[in-house]
Amino acid sequence: MIRLDNLTKVFDTPKGAVTAADHITMEVPSGEICILLGPSGCGKTTTLKMVNRIIRPTSGKVFINGEDTTDLDTQELRRNIGYVIQQIGLFPNMTIEENITVVPKLLGWDKAKYKERARELMRMIALEPDAFLKRYPSELSGGQQQRIGVARALAADPPVMLMDEPFGAIDPINRAVIQDEFLKMQQELNKTIMFVSHDIDEAIKMGDRVAVFREGRLVQYSTPDDLLAAPENAFVESFLGEDRALKRLNLVKVREVVTDEIGTVRPGDTLEQALARIDDFGYQNAILMVNDKRQPVGLITRALARTTKGYCRDHFQNVPATVTLDDDLRKVASLMFAQDTTWLPCVDEEGRVCGQITQRAMTHHLGSRFRPTQEDDAQIPDAATKE
Amino acid sequence: MELIQYALDNLELLTSRTIEHIALVGVAVGIATLTGVPIGIAITKNERLAKAVLYVASIIVTVPSIALFGIMIPVLSLIGQGIGYLPAVIAVLLYSQLPIIRNTYTAIHNVDPALREAARGIGMSQNQRLRMVEIPLAVPVIMAGVRTAVVLNIGVMAIAAYIGAGGLGTFISRGISQSDPRQLIVGAVAVSLLAIIVDYSLLAIQKRLTPKGMERAAETA
Repeated sequence: MIRLDNLTKVFDTPKGAVTAADHITMEVPSGEICILLGPSGCGKTTTLKMVNRIIRPTSGKVFINGEDTTDLDTQELRRNIGYVIQQIGLFPNMTIEENITVVPKLLGWDKAKYKERARELMRMIALEPDAFLKRYPSELSGGQQQRIGVARALAADPPVMLMDEPFGAIDPINRAVIQDEFLKMQQELNKTIMFVSHDIDEAIKMGDRVAVFREGRLVQYSTPDDLLAAPENAFVESFLGEDRALKRLNLVKVREVVTDEIGTVRPGDTLEQALARIDDFGYQNAILMVNDKRQPVGLITRALARTTKGYCRDHFQNVPATVTLDDDLRKVASLMFAQDTTWLPCVDEEGRVCGQITQRAMTHHLGSRFRPTQEDDAQIPDAATKE
Repeated sequence: MELIQYALDNLELLTSRTIEHIALVGVAVGIATLTGVPIGIAITKNERLAKAVLYVASIIVTVPSIALFGIMIPVLSLIGQGIGYLPAVIAVLLYSQLPIIRNTYTAIHNVDPALREAARGIGMSQNQRLRMVEIPLAVPVIMAGVRTAVVLNIGVMAIAAYIGAGGLGTFISRGISQSDPRQLIVGAVAVSLLAIIVDYSLLAIQKRLTPKGMERAAETA
C-alpha cells in the first residue's frame, strides 16, 4: 500500500515559487496499479518522484505499507522500491546480468542467489537467459531493453514499484505487447504500483485506479470505468476526450453483456423450419446453424429461407465472426462494423455457442452508466408518481 | 644517409635520452593524472568552482614553457633545485592539468542524466554511482585527456633540455649551439616519432579500458 498524505512540492524558480504538487492525498491499495494521468506539467511525475525522494517533498508524508518513510534512509528506501523510467537507463558498461543484479548486490545478496534470481527474472520477461544475460544493453532492441528495465526494478522483489511513463518510448505495436506481458506478470506478482502516463488509453488499460492531475492538484481519483462514466468536471471530461463512451468498450467484457438465449438450427433442419425459427425469435436477417457439438458452422439468411426449399446444410453462408466471453466490447464493436452486422454469436473455450451479443445490448450496457442523474431523479417522489 | 649514420653511431645515447624523456613525461603526467582526475570529478559538484578551476588551468597553458622555466629558476633555487629534473616535471605537471581536468569534468558532467537518475532511483550512494557508473563511462574521455597531455608535453619536455633536464631535447639544443644540423634533425625527428608512437600506444590502452558495452555502442552509433 502506498499512502500520500498532503504531499506538496514547491519549486523556487527565477519567476517565483511554483507549486508543482499541491497537498496530494491519496492511497493506492496493495496489489493495485494506480495510474497518475494528466497533461505535461500537471504534477504527476513530481508526485511519483517524491515517493522515492528523487524529488524531495516540501511538506507532507509518504507511507509505504503503513510505515512513515520520512525518517528512513534514502538509499535504503529506494532499494526497496522498484523504479522504471521512460529512458530505461540501463547501464551501458554492464552486461544484462550485471544490470539486473545491481540492486540485489547493493543489498548484499550472495552470488548464487542473485545469479539464480537473474535467470528467474529473464524467464519471467520471456527472454532466454543463456542468450541474453552476457550481452550488453546496446545489443538489445528498445522493447527488450525496457523489459530488462522492468526486470531490474523487480530484482529484489520490492513490494512497491514506481514507473515513470515506462512504455512511452516504445513503438505502438511493441508497447501493446509489453503492456499485456506486464499485466500478466502483475497478476502473479501483485505489486503495488504507481505508474505515470499521459495516455488515457494506457491508463484505462493498465490501471485499477486512475488519478487525474491538473496544475499540481489531484482532480479525480477513481476506477477507469467510473472515470469514463462520470468525469468529475469539464477538465477531466475534455481530457478523456469526446469518445470516452467508446473508450469504455475496452473495459467491458463480453461476459457482462452476453445473452444466453440464441436460436439456432441444425444442418438437417429444412429451410422452412429455419424461417419459422427466425420468426419465432424475431430475428431480422439470419439464424445461426450449429453442428452436433453446438459449434457454429453457418448462417441461414431470412431472404434465402423464404425463397428456397431444401435443407439448411445445402444453403448456408459462412459465419462472419465469433467472439469469446473474455473479449472486450471494443473488439466486438470492431467486428460488427467490419461485418456490417448487429449481432455476433459468442462461443466458449471449446468453441461451442453459448449465447449472442447484440449492438442493442452493448449500447444499453454502456448507456446505463451515463444516466446516473436521471436515475437519481427517479428517486424523487414527485418524479416517481409521474411514472 | 648522413643522418641515419649519425643516429646509428649514437644509438646508445639516443636510446638513453629517449628513456630519459619518457621517464620525465611519464612521471609528470602520471602525477598529473592522479591529481587532475579527482579534481575533475570534484568540480562536477559545483559549477562555479568548475569554471574557476578550468579558467586557471587554461591560463597556465598559455604561459610559454621557456617563461615558465624562467619563473621557476629563482623560486626553486631556494631549495637548490633551480634547474634540472624538478622544474621540468613541475612544468609538465602544470601543463597536463588542463586537458586532464577538463576531459574528466566534461565526461562526468555529460553522463546521461537518465543513467544518473536510474542509479539514484535504485538506491546507489554518490560513491557507488561514481564507481559503478560514472567513472567507467567517463574512462574513454579521461584517457583521451591523458593522451593529449602526454603528446603535448613530449614537445614541452624537449625544451626542458635548456634547463638541464636531459631527454631528447639535448640533441636539439646542442645541434643549435654547435650548428650541427645532424643532431638537430635527429633530435627533432626522434621527438616527433616518440609522440606518435606513445599516442598510438595510449590509444590501445584507452580501447582496452573502455567498458565493453560502450565499445559496441560507439561502433553502432
